[in-house]
Order: sequence, then structure tokens, then C-alpha cells
Amino acid sequence: MSTIFGIPAPALYGQILIGLINGSFYALLSLGLAVIFGLLRVINFAHGAQYMLGAFAAYLLLNYVGIGYWPSLMLAPLIVGAVAVVIERTMLSRLYSLDPLYGLLLTFGLALIFEGMFRYWFGAAGKPYSPPAQLAGGVNLGFMFMPIYRGWVVIASLVICLGTWLLIEKTRLGAYLRAATENATLVQAFGVNVPRLLTLTYGLGAALAALAGVLAAPIYQVSPLMGSNLIIIVFAVVVVGGMGSILGAIVTGYMLGVLEGLTKVFYPEASSIVIFVIMAIVLLVRPAGLFGREE
Amino acid sequence: MKILKKALFALSCTVMAQGAYAQQVSDNVVKIGILNDQSGVYADFGGKSSVEAARMAVQDFGGKVLGAPIEIVSADHQNKPDVAASVARQWYDTDKVDAIMELTTSSVALAVQGLSKDKKKINIVTGAATTDLTGKQCSPYGFHWAYDTHALAVGTGGALVENGGNKWFFLTADYAFGYSLENETSKFVKSKGGQVLGSVRHPLSANDFSSFLLQAQSSGANVVGLANAGLDTSNAIKQAAEFGLTQSGQRLAALLFTLAEVHGLGLKAAQGLTLTEGWYWDQSDENRAFAKRFMEKTGRMPNMIHVGTYSSVLQYLKAIQKAGTDATEPVAKALHEMPVEDVFAKKGKVLPNGRMVYDMYLFQVKKPEESKSEWDMYTQLAKVPGDDAFIKASESGCQLTQ
Repeated sequence: MSTIFGIPAPALYGQILIGLINGSFYALLSLGLAVIFGLLRVINFAHGAQYMLGAFAAYLLLNYVGIGYWPSLMLAPLIVGAVAVVIERTMLSRLYSLDPLYGLLLTFGLALIFEGMFRYWFGAAGKPYSPPAQLAGGVNLGFMFMPIYRGWVVIASLVICLGTWLLIEKTRLGAYLRAATENATLVQAFGVNVPRLLTLTYGLGAALAALAGVLAAPIYQVSPLMGSNLIIIVFAVVVVGGMGSILGAIVTGYMLGVLEGLTKVFYPEASSIVIFVIMAIVLLVRPAGLFGREE
Repeated sequence: MKILKKALFALSCTVMAQGAYAQQVSDNVVKIGILNDQSGVYADFGGKSSVEAARMAVQDFGGKVLGAPIEIVSADHQNKPDVAASVARQWYDTDKVDAIMELTTSSVALAVQGLSKDKKKINIVTGAATTDLTGKQCSPYGFHWAYDTHALAVGTGGALVENGGNKWFFLTADYAFGYSLENETSKFVKSKGGQVLGSVRHPLSANDFSSFLLQAQSSGANVVGLANAGLDTSNAIKQAAEFGLTQSGQRLAALLFTLAEVHGLGLKAAQGLTLTEGWYWDQSDENRAFAKRFMEKTGRMPNMIHVGTYSSVLQYLKAIQKAGTDATEPVAKALHEMPVEDVFAKKGKVLPNGRMVYDMYLFQVKKPEESKSEWDMYTQLAKVPGDDAFIKASESGCQLTQ
């Protein structure tokens, strides 16, 4: 059996694949954050909570309404997106004229409230959620046993990332959005309803987080803490990619996922900090991030 | 006659006065602090339900000891030893707390026990696992009540080795508790003729275990020992099923897993697991009655941490009663001497190193179709006698016993 740096090659392929799977989640979550920051200049600390809400929405839909995984994939993001729209309209929109720090504090506070509520209702140990029957089981790839569901997550995440990128970079709606960030007054003068655009953007970002939550529900325990465990890593991904850069968030998400996976083989104890070490290095060398523009 | 009456009156006065003076309670209140994780990964393992269990013990004792009221205070240590130490210091120095209990998370328990030893205060640990509490870092005023890593290793490890699980690989949480659990289990497995092929250390609250599980899968071991706890163990079990570990002939040993986590994981994912606990609600009428009361207050069934906390508070109050004071030295002496006989432990005894010895049990998690109600989750496989489950005081490495 061939080895690479003392690790059998098949084991290494397996770890790279797993890194890609985890990277899918990082990419999906940082994508939503990057969209919100890029267009609203809001640092959305509630993103982890919105991811958790997505997973819980799927759990609640299944156990109280009897709605399964596939419809939840649509419904949960819609519900969480709607909640986010209300939050944006009633609270967040009042803070746009102030320092971005206020938006950060508001969303951080909201995240704590949501987490606390769900911990009170459901406990910290979380709730079980099974993958849909069509995606249960796995295939033996020779070098590793690949759960079918994880393969689905990678594909779904790629499609969503690509779709969002196309929506913002290539469509008329996306062009309005980008223009509104550059110069809101001018775009409004052309008859575009800018506040509504911003509301929709926040809703979209939150819906992306919720979608990631539904995708995660069959893999991780559906727990009130699942978001806060992930959010800090995702922020590091966004910073490394370049705040607000959508492509940067996607590419960095996958890249750091793989890197973290490899760290787990060579030096497992460091796996929880490797992303932050990279963040520190990137900030020193390229303060705007790998894909960010200097302002 | 008159003189006799007067003499009697005087006599009774002195007796009463003596009584009042002998039964001393400092500050006229006995304060017990429950310090544990109330918001993190171990919030269901102990958490606020442990505080409720402590209140039940106070209620069952009658609400007063030596005529003084009993008060329970609680705080969240967030699994951080520094937070725990500063809360403990404030409790002892300014809030007049007499004893601290529960103390989930080994690193926290060791920190608070060290502080309590310096301040000459009693602490009783139910939530933490490391045997160091009654070993290298033992305290004359420190007690370890519900379980420890040795008992878990003997219970779960022993059962699996006997059934042919002789090659082990460990997934270990990267802190004091994980090392202690891995170490104890390794020693036990090797002493029974088994092998330990390797281990991998993961950070606390790791979300994704697939990398580690893949390493375990390719190790050639037939048992994967999960030397972690709480949400980490739940996630590892769930993902092990996903990656087909059990299909490829490996067995999972959840070394620390209680009813709270089994309930959270669900029987579908947890079925067939072998685990060691010190208490189960469906073992006797007495247990069922206690669990019913607990359920009414908390909405959940208790695990060994919750009932253990109940027992430790009750025993502490009994010790104050026996000692006739709440001063640390005499109460610690009484705690060492008195047998433990309550809903939690039968014929329990406290060793000179502070370890409370009682019988543990080996359980198997039921299949979904075998379970008759929401909390009907365990089948009892065996009883692990206390003397086998816990280390002898002389072998514990505790200075006090040499």
C-alpha cells in the first residue's frame, strides 16, 4: 500500500473527501454571511442561530405536522427567511445609519435569545433526525465507506453556491442589489425600492443558513448549540475569503474544510485552531482577505 | 417542693441552653452551592435538573438542620475552570456557602476541589469523572459520589472484552477527563489480555467526527471506545452509524453515556449500546416513585448525576445533624464514617480517600420496538459490585491513605 507522509494513500483520500463534505457546510454558511455583509454591511452574528432554527424547523415539521425531509428543504428556509424579514423590518433597518457595531450587537443578542429559548424548550442534548429513506445507507468507494447522504450534501451545496453566485453576479436583480450597495440614493432615484431589496437580501441570507441547517439535521444532533459551535469557524472563513466576497466565501469554505480534514490526520489536537492560525496569517499578509478588494 | 420545681426549671434551662450552644450552625444558615454546566454540552447531563434534585433533598430532609434553614444556590461554570474557581471563591469568601457540589467536568472539579481544600471546605463531586479526585489530588474534605472513570472502564470495558472485543481504538476528548477515561480503560483492557491499537484526540465540542471515525475504521480494531461525553458522544454515535462502522464489524463503547443522552439521541440510533450507570428509574418501586416526583418538577427522568446530587446533599445534611455542627472537620469525619442508605445507594460506604463505593450497573439500550414508553430505554445486563467498580483506597495514589 502506498503511503504519503506516512499515512496510507487511501486513508488520505478519505480524509480529503471528508474535508470537502465539511467544507460544503462552511461554504454554504459563509455564503449567506458574505451576501449579507457584502450588500447590507451588517455582520450577522445571528447566522449560527438561523442555521440552528433551520434544523429545528425541519425537526418540528416532521414531528408535529408530519412533513418530511424533502418539503422541509423548501419550507424551513421560507419560515426562517420570513422570521428574518420581520427582524430586518422591525429592528435591523433602524441601525443602517449607525456604526456597523450596532448591527453586530443586535444580531448577537438575538442569537443568544434564540439559543436560550430553544435550550429551555428542548434541552442541550438535542433531538434526533433521520436522513430520508432514499438517501440512507452508503457505498464502498474502495478507499472509504461513503454515506450517500453526505454525497448529496456536497452536490446540493455546490448547486446552491453556484446558483447564488449567478443570481448576484449575472442577473438583473443581482445588478440592482450590487448597485444599491454602491450608491443607494442614486438607485432609489431610478425608481428601485431599495429598502425592500435590503429586506429581501437579509431574508435570503437567513434562508441560506436555514437550508444549511436542514441539510445538517440528519448528520449532527439537532441541538440548540449546533450553531454556536460552527459560527466562529464560519466567520474565520469569511474573513480569510475577504469580507463580502461571495466567490471568496465559497472557495475558502471548501479549501479550509479540506485543510482542517488533513490536520485531523496529522495533528488532531490542532484541528480546532488550524483555521484561526490561517486567518491570522492571511490577515497579516493580505488584510483584505484572499479574494477581497482593498478599499 | 417549690425548691424542687425551681431546680427542675433551672436544669431544663441549662439543658436547652446547652442544646442551643452545641448545635452550632455558622451564620444561622446552611448554604449549599450547586456549581455545574447549565448552558453547554453537559447541560442535560446535570444542569438545572441537578439543582432541582438538590432542592428535593432539602425538602425531604425537612427544610431545616439543627434548627437552621437550608439554602441552595447555583451557578453556571460554562465548563471553564477559571470561571468555576472565581465563583467558588466568591461563594466561600463573601456569600458564606458551606459546601459546593455537583461540579460536572473534570477540569472544573479538580480546580474547585483544590480551592476547597485550601479553604477547608467540603465539596462533593457527582458530575465529574476523573479518578484523580480521590487519587493524586484527593482532599480530606473532598468526596466523589456518583461514578468515576475506573467504574466506567470496569463496567463497559469489562463487558466488551468478555464478549470478544479485544482490540481497541479510542476517540478521546482532549482534556483531563478524556485522558483519564482512556487511560483507565486501556489499563483494564490490557489486564484482560486485550490490545489497544491506537487513539485520536479530538477537541471538546467537535462537530464533525467523520475524520476521526475514518481513522478508527482503518485501525483494524473491533471496539471503538468513545472516551468523551455529552453531545460529543451523541454526535460520534450518530455519525458512526452513518459511516457504517457497525456494519464493518466494529462495536462502539460509549464509556460515559447516561439516560439523558440516550433520550436525546433516540433509540433508533442508540439501540444496542452497552453502558454503565449507577442508577435507573425502572429498577424498583422506590426508584420509580422518586423518578415520578423528579419528572413532575423537571419534565425529564433523572440519570445517576441527578440522583447522585440528591444523595450527596441529603448525606451532607445527615452528617451535619450527626456532627451537631456545620464546621468542616467534624462534618467531614461524619461523612467518612456514615453508611449511605437512600434512594441512590444501598449499603454505600465512603473510603478514606473520599470515594463513595456502591453498586453500579451494566445496561443495554433497548431496541425501539422493545420500548413501552418514552423513557423505557434500558435492559439491565449485570450488577457491578462496588468493590470491583471502584479503586481500593490504598491503590488510589491518595496521600491521605498512606
